[in-house]
Amino acid sequence: MRFVDEFREPELIAKAAQEIRRLADSQRHYRLMEVCGGHTHAIYRFGLKDLLPPNIELIHGPGCPVCVLPMGRIDDGLSMTEQPDVIFTAFGDMMRVPGTRGSPLEYKARGADIRLVYSPADALKLAQANPDRHVMFFAIGFETTAPSTALTLMRARAQGVRNFSVFCNHVTIIPAIRAILDSPDMRLDAFIGPGHVSTVIGCRPYEWIARHEGKPIVVSGFEPLDLLESIVMLLRQLREGRAEVENQYKRVVPWEGNRAALHAMAEVFQLRPYFEWRGMGFISQSALRLRDSYAEFDAEQRFRIPGIRVTDPKAAQCGEVLKGVLKPAQCKLFGNECTPERPVGALMVSSEGSCAAYYNYEHRKAALTALTMPAPAP
Amino acid sequence: MQAVPKIRFRDTQIEMAHGAGGKASRRLVEGLFVPLLGALPAGPLGDAAYVRMNGTRLAITTDSFVVKPLRFAGGSIGELAVNGTVNDLAVSGARAETLVVTFILEAGLPTDVLEQEVRAMAAAACRAGVVIAGGDTKVVEHGKADRMYISSSGIGRLIDGVEVSAQSVRPGDRILLSGPIGDHGITILLARGELDFEAEICSDTRSVLPLVEAIAAAAAPGIRWMRDPTRGGVATALNELALDCGLGICLAEERIPIHESVRGACELLGLEPMHIANEGQFLAVVAPEFANAALAALQAAPGGQAAAMIGEVRQQPAATVLVSTLYGGTRVIDMLVGDPLPRIC
Repeated sequence: MRFVDEFREPELIAKAAQEIRRLADSQRHYRLMEVCGGHTHAIYRFGLKDLLPPNIELIHGPGCPVCVLPMGRIDDGLSMTEQPDVIFTAFGDMMRVPGTRGSPLEYKARGADIRLVYSPADALKLAQANPDRHVMFFAIGFETTAPSTALTLMRARAQGVRNFSVFCNHVTIIPAIRAILDSPDMRLDAFIGPGHVSTVIGCRPYEWIARHEGKPIVVSGFEPLDLLESIVMLLRQLREGRAEVENQYKRVVPWEGNRAALHAMAEVFQLRPYFEWRGMGFISQSALRLRDSYAEFDAEQRFRIPGIRVTDPKAAQCGEVLKGVLKPAQCKLFGNECTPERPVGALMVSSEGSCAAYYNYEHRKAALTALTMPAPAP
Repeated sequence: MQAVPKIRFRDTQIEMAHGAGGKASRRLVEGLFVPLLGALPAGPLGDAAYVRMNGTRLAITTDSFVVKPLRFAGGSIGELAVNGTVNDLAVSGARAETLVVTFILEAGLPTDVLEQEVRAMAAAACRAGVVIAGGDTKVVEHGKADRMYISSSGIGRLIDGVEVSAQSVRPGDRILLSGPIGDHGITILLARGELDFEAEICSDTRSVLPLVEAIAAAAAPGIRWMRDPTRGGVATALNELALDCGLGICLAEERIPIHESVRGACELLGLEPMHIANEGQFLAVVAPEFANAALAALQAAPGGQAAAMIGEVRQQPAATVLVSTLYGGTRVIDMLVGDPLPRIC
């Protein structure tokens, strides 16, 4: 696979790992946060932690949109399935996220019309194919997915579609990083910056992290070599006493971001004054809602949404894990009451959630020496 | 006095995942079916049951097919219904002799659709060397089933010298795979037309009996365990083995054969290829001294060229499947959880 295999080349990866070991000061403990859930997933999937020296600790950040959504919003969204004509659509990630009375999949098993879509445009198509039904799209994601929701809404309006709405849960990454840095129990050395979000917002929005907080940040791609190279770049900055925004993912991320995507977002969305994040509480100006000019497509304005607030189960320590204070396995429920099959918290659901990634790829792992079987015949 | 069966299945309703072949399916079978249907043997459940009749040991199995759409690149529901049952017997070390089939049809199904599937079944049975000796037909009201479902049951005679069970697996045994993974699942996903992309992939549905016979001829005393990795894929099949034998299954990721197009589709969709269903492959655990002969026999058999030795059994990590990545990292791979792709067979 082109543009993938180049970044999984074993020799280059071994070199990068060697460079990391060379740069890391053995007297020092490094705490690096990968903000993005996609990075968390890749780190586990490729077994990258095995390649790092023990004094480099990777802390999983808040960049998993499913994980940070409070349970009340899921209940709110699912409440719309009680309307007789509504088709509830969402990404696959959402399907097993538990609400108070079950996940979307469980609602579906009980008869609600819930469908998995791969993009908001598919939900719009579904609305056009079912003019006598109302199709609601449960929108979720950071700036990565917000533009496609925006473009879909622009198209819906241009085509005069009347039976389509969006329940908007889009959030923005910068306020979340700020909240993490403001949190007193967090001591971080540097950030692996989000890749996909940055394709939209560019690198400039991170400058305050370097300038005012004195923390290096490197925007990174998702392949093993990308992540290791980003760690090399962070270690170089730390070693040289620099704190800058650097872009490792230049092949995809333009410094200024994607103007067309930003324009579409600005056309459709405005900032909410505040929004609740799971485990992190209310964060001001951290989420998007539809502008009044798109009110007819706003599920929150079209339907009576109960506005449910649910506190997470007491024993679940999603908040601490989300902020990186606890490792997944340190949560009391991890692996017992809370598993990917029967998740209590959302971090156990999405493949980008640190608990699910940890459970799937890391948990129960024992040291593996080289396989003793003979090499494959040429 | 009969002991009161202990039902451990606590789920309040049946969901798609219970039919997906992963963890939930196992919970349902072990927690509800096994305790109540007392005749089932204790211990791990294989792809077929063994019965003794007039001194002859036979293998018997049943399977049902609800794939949507009915036809897809490389096969159709009729072909799956024959091959699936032949394969369950083959990996149990048996040569399918006779099948019986049940059709559940939705009123309104065009006859030519049915005829096409019956023809596909006849052709598949002919290729697999098996007789379809009987059957049953039920029709339900329009809207109460999705066009047609087929169930097939088969009985087979054991292949000489082959005895498979998870308990016989030992540390040091090698794990062989008959060919590239994920073709069937990805084909079905694309055939549904819900994704706006196309790729040249077709289902791998076929009888694996000739390959099983080839490996048996070369290495029968060394064959410990076999399984066709259908729903839940290679990862689920090997996790079941790991749980049943209590040993560690260690795989080398780069050894696992996969078509470039399947790998690309999985990469794009965020799917794990080892969780994707196959309908024409099988896994075999072979004693180390027989492994090279078994692999050579597979590779020499028609349709077995891509067979590979993908890993080995270890004492540790117990009851776990561990994959080593190309660059020395490792990860645990679990059974399929939930059902990303319902009704693939």
